[in-house]
Amino acid sequence: MDFGPYLFVASLEGAITAAVLALTAVGLSIVFGIMRVVNVAHGEFYMLGAVLAWWITSMIAGHPALGFWVAIVAAPLLVGALAVLCDRFILNKVNYDPERTIVATIGLLYVIQQTTLMTFGPEARPVQAPFNERIALPWFEYGESGFQMIWPWGLSTTTYKLFVIVAAIIVLLVLWWVMTRTRIGLIMRATQLDQEMAQAHGIAVNKVYALVFGLGAALAALGAVLVVPIQQAYYLMGSDPLLLSFIVVIIGGLGSVLGTVVAAVLIGMSDGIISVFFTPTLAKILATLLVAFVLVFKPNGLFGKSRE
Amino acid sequence: MTDKIITSSSISRRTALKTLGAGAGALAVAGTMPGIIGCANASDEPIKIGFQVHRTGIGAAYGRWYDRTTEAVVKRINAEGGINGRPIEIIAEDDGTDPKRGAEVVEKFANKHNCDIAFGTLFSHVVYGSAPRAGELAIPYFVVSEGHHVASGKLNRYTMQPGITDVKSQVEAMAPFIADNLGKKVTMIYPDFAFGHDHRDYFSAAFEAKGGQILEKIAIPPTETSFSKYFPKIPRDTEVIYHVMVGPAVLTFVKELGEFFGPSRPEIFGFIDSLEAVDLASPGLEFLEGTYFWEGNPRYAQAEQSEFDKVFREAVGVDDNGASVSDAKDVSTYAHMFGCWETLYVVKAGMEAANYQGVKDRQKLIEAVEAMSDMPHSFEHPQGAKRFNGKTHQTFGHQYISKVTEGKLVLAHTTSIEDTLYEDEVDYTKMSF
Repeated sequence: MDFGPYLFVASLEGAITAAVLALTAVGLSIVFGIMRVVNVAHGEFYMLGAVLAWWITSMIAGHPALGFWVAIVAAPLLVGALAVLCDRFILNKVNYDPERTIVATIGLLYVIQQTTLMTFGPEARPVQAPFNERIALPWFEYGESGFQMIWPWGLSTTTYKLFVIVAAIIVLLVLWWVMTRTRIGLIMRATQLDQEMAQAHGIAVNKVYALVFGLGAALAALGAVLVVPIQQAYYLMGSDPLLLSFIVVIIGGLGSVLGTVVAAVLIGMSDGIISVFFTPTLAKILATLLVAFVLVFKPNGLFGKSRE
Repeated sequence: MTDKIITSSSISRRTALKTLGAGAGALAVAGTMPGIIGCANASDEPIKIGFQVHRTGIGAAYGRWYDRTTEAVVKRINAEGGINGRPIEIIAEDDGTDPKRGAEVVEKFANKHNCDIAFGTLFSHVVYGSAPRAGELAIPYFVVSEGHHVASGKLNRYTMQPGITDVKSQVEAMAPFIADNLGKKVTMIYPDFAFGHDHRDYFSAAFEAKGGQILEKIAIPPTETSFSKYFPKIPRDTEVIYHVMVGPAVLTFVKELGEFFGPSRPEIFGFIDSLEAVDLASPGLEFLEGTYFWEGNPRYAQAEQSEFDKVFREAVGVDDNGASVSDAKDVSTYAHMFGCWETLYVVKAGMEAANYQGVKDRQKLIEAVEAMSDMPHSFEHPQGAKRFNGKTHQTFGHQYISKVTEGKLVLAHTTSIEDTLYEDEVDYTKMSF
């Protein structure tokens, strides 16, 4: 394949990675930003979203699209509800102490993963996309007769893949609107700035925490439901998104939603492009190296504010 | 993890109480304390076969069917009177499809469970990880793996592969078919570990010897879940795509291959590994119509199905489409799992020839298997006739090429055993124990 179309395909693949990663990492980021909780089980909430999507679509007969649309609403809600319970009965009980929450969420990681293994099983299971048409993409080239449109061999994507990118952008915009323009967003930001002062003003901080933890998990689950028709549900699928989310959150700045989105695009696109032209391992090496540099030279991340 | 121990003979309450009295209750569940139980006669004691099974990890789908096949063949052998009058007892341990864990499992078989042999490993990197330990512990290790590692001479005298053919012989038999029928310019796509490297090295050598040309070799990590980004590396003038993939995402791999090509695909020749345990009728696989697959054993019951295949299929619980009789969506790994059946029949024949009594006769068992040669197409060898090479510890057999026709795999060509032979690379019989 020629360089131009090749790069274009690589960028499209990178954009899908970036879109899903942005949703997952923003979930991790708001949980840390508002609650100061490093949620190691975040990848498992992602995996649960995919597994529930499989479960829901296989329960609902009829057109495959029907099951998918139910799953995209129900799976994040169910995962969010589970996360709220985890917050109530685990994180709240250890008083959100930083060290103990890390240990608790590590435990949660194993509990969720092994429960899935025992019930859902070790296989990867497919979920059918609601629609999936192949689109051949044109390319423009300066030929003998001036600019002309050609259709290079293999240069294509599918409608569903484009939908994933658009859907992720819409969800992130809605999230931004909620955080900056609504009362609940105001309450969350108040809690983030100063928990004690928020409480003094009559904000039920515990309820905010439960809501935020549920929202973070639901975002991860939503990312997974979007990606599962492309990648299949599998009980170990949570580990890669977890690692990449941490990378993204550290680069973007802990707690900064904008920084997280920018870093997700950076890491997702470079992962797509570097894996195509070199190897996927090199992409991971470079991302991890970038984290090291960020920690050394700009410890609060690209968009993070220092905190005294 | 989900390590489980399956014992075909359960322990009576009385024995359990006795053993508890001896203060070893937990261990008794595994039946590992014959010294305390102390009443069993040596000749009725079961033959213990340690079954290294991929219950979790990337080999899980294969593991599930290796498990079912092994259960079926053990049931059959025990119903026929066992081995030398002794029943087989399977002690299954999950290795997580992980080489390090694999070596630990072999160690447990030898030291903790006192198994007579170890058996059943599929993934080649696990075999590589486990075989040296089996050699050190002097426990016969019967692998069902397809890798060329056994016949290459890299392993040891205790490791044998008598029930399934190896990649080198398979691909050497495929090369002439592809060159004569499909095209001369091939792009290979394979998983980036030992098994995939066998494909890369031996297929390209055999294909170039037939006057063909390998345009590109695309290696993909076996844990990869998204594949579109690799396909632009396929050169435009490719005539044939040669694909073999493993891991949890094989369905995605084949689907994305179809999406990449759209209506203008080249010829495609795949190893069924790319679709083992996957329903051929899955949405997105329609483009495979008219493409070819290597099959170790035809998944769909063919028009000229042998009576042996019929019995094998029924015993394992597989329908005419290669899926579980109880769940049509649970598709088997039919091209590989016969290896467990045939291997345990070879073990039975070997133990009977060696008059095997216990672990002290392990070397006699190895020598007895090394002395074997032709094995006819039979209930013991339902996939087809085999020719075992005692020097290289590797068996050779027929290979099948099927064409996707109306969504099913229809047998198009069967190779002879001679097509699959190559020169010996090792003589294990000259190695000391």
